[in-house]
Amino acid sequence: MAKVIVFCVALMPLIWLVTDVVLGRIGPDPGQEITERLGIAAFQLLLVTLLITPLKKMTGWPGWLRHRRMLGLFAFFYAVLHVLAFLQLILGWGDLWATFTRRPYIALGAVAFLLMIPLALTSTKAMMKRMGRRWKPVHRLIYLSAIFAWLHFLWQARSDVTEMVVYGLLLLALLFIRAYWFGVSSLVPLRKSRA
Amino acid sequence: TTPLTFREAPEYLTDEKKTPFDAVAKYNNFYEFGTGKGDPAKYAHEMSVDPWSVEVDGECARPGRYALEDLLKPHDYEERIYRLRCVEAWSMVIPWVGVPLATVLSRLEPNSRAKYVYFETLHDPKQMRGQRSLFSTIDWPYREGLRMDEAMNELSFLAIGLYGETLPNQNGAPIRLVVPWKYGFKSIKSIVRIRFLEEQPKTTWELLAPSEYGFYANVNPEVDHPRWSQKRERRLPSGVLRPNWMETRMFNGYKEQVAHLYKGMDLAKFY
Repeated sequence: MAKVIVFCVALMPLIWLVTDVVLGRIGPDPGQEITERLGIAAFQLLLVTLLITPLKKMTGWPGWLRHRRMLGLFAFFYAVLHVLAFLQLILGWGDLWATFTRRPYIALGAVAFLLMIPLALTSTKAMMKRMGRRWKPVHRLIYLSAIFAWLHFLWQARSDVTEMVVYGLLLLALLFIRAYWFGVSSLVPLRKSRA
Repeated sequence: TTPLTFREAPEYLTDEKKTPFDAVAKYNNFYEFGTGKGDPAKYAHEMSVDPWSVEVDGECARPGRYALEDLLKPHDYEERIYRLRCVEAWSMVIPWVGVPLATVLSRLEPNSRAKYVYFETLHDPKQMRGQRSLFSTIDWPYREGLRMDEAMNELSFLAIGLYGETLPNQNGAPIRLVVPWKYGFKSIKSIVRIRFLEEQPKTTWELLAPSEYGFYANVNPEVDHPRWSQKRERRLPSGVLRPNWMETRMFNGYKEQVAHLYKGMDLAKFY
């Protein structure tokens, strides 16, 4: 039951978006709006995914962990839609090389997205078992992905960065709390920590 | 908004499809009211535009504070349909009502030292919530400027209305500039100051990111913005699954009227 609720809530940004498109509430520049909203949804779900471990530690209830995989996969799902929307609705599949080499904020977004791919692929229980002690350090790549995603948004702000400052503080809190509990080395991707 | 009386200016009509009023009035960049495209339509009603006055100073014979109705003469009002090309690579086609900028500036009698004209938008954080934002990097008020010959060009226009009615606040009520061969940010809104200057003024976007925005800001498909290409534009309203792409034209298609202003200038350098 809890899984169904989490699933439905995580699907809400997409349902809203589709509703707005169908009802013609998306505004005169739908491509831009759709791409932006999918990107923000991906980033928000990434942050929610990062909230699971602190929630578990603070409440002492391990049940939170059961939802982490689905939340992470939803973040990846929105990121895939965001990338496709960008390619189809903003870029029209032209200018690809110049776009990714000459525009650093897009390159940063691409890195954030690419880092999510191995995590999505190794998110199953079977892969967790197979990778054993290597699973955790590999999945710390999510920290890098979230930081790159944040920079990707910040770089695009034309003048007012209030929204990104708020997201940045949230992300910083999520990372800091881990460093505080488990040591800074627990944040380093691909390296086994002693703890 | 209230209806206006005006005549049509047939030489400035176009057979391009006009962008519907709803899109023109609900999709705006007016950072004084927030950075979201929908923010101005939501919050611009917090600005009071009546009464309105414009401070005129600098190199001219008739400086002073002018009530809006003393600056404009209703028999001058005309309608012109212009393309508006935003630096963000979208564009609209808008029927403006207003007066040629040259008509108003001439009445203020600029002297021979006036080489530039400078404009400011209202600065009042009480009425403009975007100016209250803690993390805005804009140094208010919003500032813009033109070279005198650009300002006196036949295309430069002071708009007080669109679609036959007075401007919605989010579109820059009660009086705004429209310079259709330049990126939209040059067309400063809700003007409270006109100043004639001998030296080229610093403008808001130029101050904020000089590598991205220049003083001239002429629409130019050959000179990319550092963060995106300027070769094409999405004409709004754009499609949901397929953007309404079109090629961007030099000087936004107004080459005939303005190209002579920039003869001999390197437009990649003076962007």
